[in-house]
Order: sequence, then C-alpha cells, then structure tokens
Amino acid sequence: MPDQLVYAMEVFLNGLMAGVLYALVALGFVLIYKASGIFNYAQGVMALFAAMTLVGVMEGQVPFSHLINAVLGTKVHHFGWHLPALIGIVSTVVIMVVLAWLVQRIIFKHLVGQEPIILFMATIGLAYFMEGFGDMMWGSEIKKLDVGLPQGINLWIDETTYNIFDYGFFIDNLDIFATIIAAILVGGLVIFSQYTKEGRAMRAVADDHQAALSVGVSLNFIWIMVWSVAGFVALVAGIMWGTKSGVQFSLSLIALKALPVLMLGGFTSIPGAIVGGLIIGVGEKLFEFTVGPLIGGATENWFAYVLALLVLVFRPQGLFGEKIIERV
Amino acid sequence: MKKKLLSAVIAGFMVATPVMAELTFSALSYRTGAYGNNGIPFADGYLDYFTLLQERDGGIGGESIKVIECETAYNTEKGVECYEATKGEGVLSYSPLSTGITYQLIPKVTADGIALHTMGYGRTSAKNGQIFRNVFNFPANYWDGASVGIKHLLDINGGDIKGKKIALVYHNSAYGKEPIRTLEELSKKHGYELTLLPVDHPGQEQKSQWLQIRREKPDYVLMWGWGVMNPVAIQEAVNIRYPMENFIGVWWSGSENDVLPAGAKATGYKALAFHAVNSDFPIFDDMKKYVVDAGKAAGAGDQVGTVLYNRGMYNAMLVSEAARTAQAIAGKSNISQADMIKGFEALEMTDEKMAALGLAGFGPSFSVSCENHGGDGMVAVAQWDAGAGKWNVVSDFQASDMSVIQPLIDEDSGAFAAENKLSPNCD
Repeated sequence: MPDQLVYAMEVFLNGLMAGVLYALVALGFVLIYKASGIFNYAQGVMALFAAMTLVGVMEGQVPFSHLINAVLGTKVHHFGWHLPALIGIVSTVVIMVVLAWLVQRIIFKHLVGQEPIILFMATIGLAYFMEGFGDMMWGSEIKKLDVGLPQGINLWIDETTYNIFDYGFFIDNLDIFATIIAAILVGGLVIFSQYTKEGRAMRAVADDHQAALSVGVSLNFIWIMVWSVAGFVALVAGIMWGTKSGVQFSLSLIALKALPVLMLGGFTSIPGAIVGGLIIGVGEKLFEFTVGPLIGGATENWFAYVLALLVLVFRPQGLFGEKIIERV
Repeated sequence: MKKKLLSAVIAGFMVATPVMAELTFSALSYRTGAYGNNGIPFADGYLDYFTLLQERDGGIGGESIKVIECETAYNTEKGVECYEATKGEGVLSYSPLSTGITYQLIPKVTADGIALHTMGYGRTSAKNGQIFRNVFNFPANYWDGASVGIKHLLDINGGDIKGKKIALVYHNSAYGKEPIRTLEELSKKHGYELTLLPVDHPGQEQKSQWLQIRREKPDYVLMWGWGVMNPVAIQEAVNIRYPMENFIGVWWSGSENDVLPAGAKATGYKALAFHAVNSDFPIFDDMKKYVVDAGKAAGAGDQVGTVLYNRGMYNAMLVSEAARTAQAIAGKSNISQADMIKGFEALEMTDEKMAALGLAGFGPSFSVSCENHGGDGMVAVAQWDAGAGKWNVVSDFQASDMSVIQPLIDEDSGAFAAENKLSPNCD
C-alpha cells in the first residue's frame, strides 16, 4: 500500500478522534438551544469554569483567596487537602447545578418571552462575567489537570498497524477515552430525553413553551435542568481539553471549534452534533494533510467554516436540524 | 460657607504639598484574555522592580517613580488606545509587550519623540538605530534567537548539521513568522533542511503538525509559540515520544507555564533565554523585604523568581538603568523624554553594574549605541528539569551570527527608511 495512503488513514482516524472532542463542546450548545432556543455564547466559558472548579476543589484551593488576602491581609491559599478525582467531579457537578439555578433565577427568569437576540446578548454578558468571576475565584494561572486519564500513544494500535502496514499509527489514549465517554454521554442523553418523565418534559418545552406550560410542565425547572446538564457536558469537555493543554483561559476558545460543528450538524440535534463533529474533524485533518502543504499550512481553522458554509448552502438548517416553516 | 471651607482646604493642600517631580513609565500589560496567564507574571515583575526602587532607594536618582499600568489584553487596538491615553502624562518610555502593538507604535513614538523599548520582541530591524531613532530592542531579538538556536545545534553536532532536518513549529502570526527568513538564510549556510509548520491561534489543536513531525522525523524541532500553543505542543511532543532534548523553544516558549502541564515527561525540553531563569540572586532578598513582605507586590507575590517574572523585572531594570544613564548625561535628575532616548542610546550594562544591582550573572553584559539599538544579541539555552521543578541554563551566553543577520537588518530597515523617506543619521 502506498505510504501516502497509509498516512491518510492515520490522519483520518485522528480526525475522527478530534471530531469527537469538537462534538463534546457542541453538545452543550445543542442541549440549551433545543430546550430554550437560546444560543449560549457562554458555553466555552462554562467549560473553562467547570475545569477550573474541578482543579480548585481537587487541590483544596481556597476560592477567592487572592481577594481575601488582599482585603484582610491574610495568607490563605489552600485548605490542605487533595481530593480524589471522583469526589472532585461530583462536587463540581453540584457547583454547576447551583450555577444553573443562579443563571435561571438571576437572568433568564426575567427574560421569558423576550426576543432570541436579547437572550443571546444575555449569554454574552454571562460569558464575560464568568470569565472574570472564574479568574477571581480560582486565579488565572495555568493549572495542571490530572484526573487519571491515560495519555500518549496507544501501543496496541501502534504495534498492530505496524504489523499490517509496516507503519505504526498514532492514536492518543486520551482521544480513545474521550470517544468512549462521548458515546456514553450521547447514549445517556438520548435515553434521558426519550424514556424519562423529565426528558419528555424537556422535549415538550422545546416543541412549544406555551403548550408545555398549559399541561403543567414547569418551565423554570426544565430550564434549570437543561442548564445543569449543559454544565455537566461542559465539565466533561473541560476535562478532556484541560488534560491536553492545562486549564487556562484559552479553554474558553474551544467554543470556536464547536460553531462549524453546529452549523453543519444543526443546532437542535444531538446526533447532529456528533456526526457534524466527526465530519469537521476528518474534513479539516484530511484537507490539511492533502492541500495544506501546497498552500502553506494552517488551514484547519478556516476550512472547518468553509465546510460548514458549503453545507448551509444546500441545507440551511444543517444536516440534522429541524426545518423551520414559518407561515406569514 | 461650604464653598469657603472647601476653598480653604484646597488652598491649604496646594500650599502644604511640595511640587514633586516624577519619572513616569508606562506598563502596557495584559492580565486578561487568552495570554493573560503569561502576561501576569511579567507585569508583576515589571511593576515590583519599580516598587523596589521606590521603597528601598526612594526612586531613581532622587526622583520618585510613577508607573502607569494600562491593560491591553494583548490586543493591538487596545494597546494603541493605551498609548494615546497615557502619552500626555509625560511617559519616558513604553514597553508594549506585543509585536503587533510595537509595529503600530513605531510611527507614533517617532512623531512624539518618546522611547519605545521592546525587549526580546517587536520589529527586529529596529536594531538599526540610525533608522529607528526612538526604538530599542536590546538585549536580544528574534533573529538573534534563531541564530543562537542553530549555533546550539552546531555545538552539539560537532559543528556540522549538514543534511539534518529541522522543523519550525510557529504561531501563525507576525511574531511567529519572524525567525523564518533568518532560518532560511542559515539553512543555505549550514546545509540543513527546514520544514515550516504553522499553528493557528490559539493553538489548542495541533494534531496535524505533530503527526507530520512523527512521519517525517526531523532531527530537531524549533518552536516560536505563545500562550496555550506552548503546553499543547510540548504535550504532543511527549505523546509521540519525540526526544525532548531535541525540542527547543524561543524564550516566549520557555516558562514554567509551558512545561508544567506535561508533567515529568517534559524533562529535557530546551528553551532559549537572554536572562537568568531562577531566583538565586541577592536582589530577590530585597524584593521579599521591601515589596512582597511589605504587602506592596503587584500580584500575590507567588510568581517571584519564575521565568516570566524575572523577565518583567529585567525589563524594568534595563529601563531604570537607562533613566539613570540619562540623568548622568543630562546632569539633572528630572529628565525629559528626549533625555531618556539619549539614556537608552548610551546604556552600558557591565558585569560590575549587574553585581552592584544584586544581579551578578543574571544577564550578559552589553552596550547600546546610536548605530546599534539591539545590544550584543547574547543568548543562552536553558533546559527544564521536571523533577526539580526548575529551569537550568545549560550553555554560555553566546552571540548570534551577525554575518547572516546584519544584511537582513540592513535590508529590512532600508526598506522602512525608503518607505518613510528617512535617511540614516546619528545626529
């Protein structure tokens, strides 16, 4: 088999893995948009905040320590504990649920019935607030996140492919783990939305707020629940990306990677987010591999958007989005 | 009655307060945004050094110090706004900490007659002081860095790197592209093969670049990165089991922030350095006594001695020594902006002066002149030891290859002069 074809296969597989990571971010957007029609600009910052909180809780960091020390002249930084990852994750989920409750209580409760653009603007404000709030709470220095996920080359794949192609493929163990987590997450979300009372209520709210209210569904509860689930998804994305690069501000920019995925997969489809992520991941990696060297490289960022725009030309609602029919 | 009382208070205050001259400096810093976690230690070091001079010595040459900090978020437009908002305060020199902001400020400071000091960044050809009269980029620039990086590879290969494959992983921006021309020229001289691998901002995803490195197996990888791009690149290098001792970053890719996320496997990674990278210097005792313990530190005081804190402190030290030189030349302590430019141009950093400052061996000795605004371009190589959690300088400071760099400086500065109708002069 020609070397270039073997390399292309390796690039293809890595594209799939990268796509899963993009899809993890996109899922959070889809959940909130599907249930409330809000495009949550703060989803990337939520991933950053969740990851910062996880590290802070695990490492026993005193929240707002810089502020406390500056005001009171104390020197408190740590509680002195190091918690296992599982306890850290559970604690962070609880904090994300509290955050969801606060977001609903303080912001969106007062904006029911407003235009989508108003809700979108509110999420922009939320994003900027959380950026500063997170820094003040946990500090802005880069943090190492280690929840025990395996990282580095998968030796079994390396050896197996070497025996077949005379070239060992590189697949990162972290990416394989992320794929498994994403599959479980999507499966869980599908089961939740299809087979539980709360999930069906969420879908009812998504279909028609007024009709759902008229049959006794609590809009308030559903929105808190959706923001909580989106917060959990943000935590998962934050763990995966934060393990790769450390927890720092740039984690919030992973939202940029989710946008073409959403455009391609559709804003209202969970499977769309997954398939969109895979198409974007594979597309950008193969384009970089084949065309990149001819035009100077660094094509991935813009190619993802070009690919998404091409899909929009033919399917404005995305591959899996709901077709919107508005009668005049 | 109230008006009378207020007038009396104001009049009394005006009489009681002596007119104090101040030496005003600017700190265009960034504590927010994608690069904030690197901008914070630098800004803290920069501000803390001026605070130390104020608290310990009462200022510079008897004049108290005023530093105006302005947040740029590493954004060029905000940086220019900061300049415009503060230049009326009589700022003696600007250190913008951004190549993008530097390019925008060069014509402005030239028109306004204010000094611009870009230490280890900015427009490399500003080394030609006959063209760039107000701009200083000592003690080293990117082309010095590229050259010394190659010199290091020559050193460890017995002086011969012909046929070797070298990849440059770079931030796809004006900053990241700076070393390319120099590396291309050096490849003609030394016969190595150069591969260019750009990484788009912010650099969170670099799988394609590192798969290519794994396939093509370059002997060495150089990196011109910043922000999240650095730790991701180092992690990817660890993942593909690239030999870390063959991976060398520029000084902006060589802080603790860059290596810590990769853990123990980052050991051996190298980075260029134009100053010391640890805290074994007497000045840090004073810094602790007069600034940190006194509760006057710009930050939490937990960054003292880290690479980027040291760099900010070194930057402030060079600016303050230029001010001291300007005071000596002008024969007065209350110097003007024009005096400050002369101070920069006559700056001489000797080993004796560094020792007197409590910084013996912290940086190389060098001198600045009208013709040479970039110093001697002395750069060393540092290596990360994850076990000890610190950087160690593993080479001597050595000069760059000016036989290659000088023609590039002449060409680029000449083009700027032609474009702006400037003629070289040192009058």
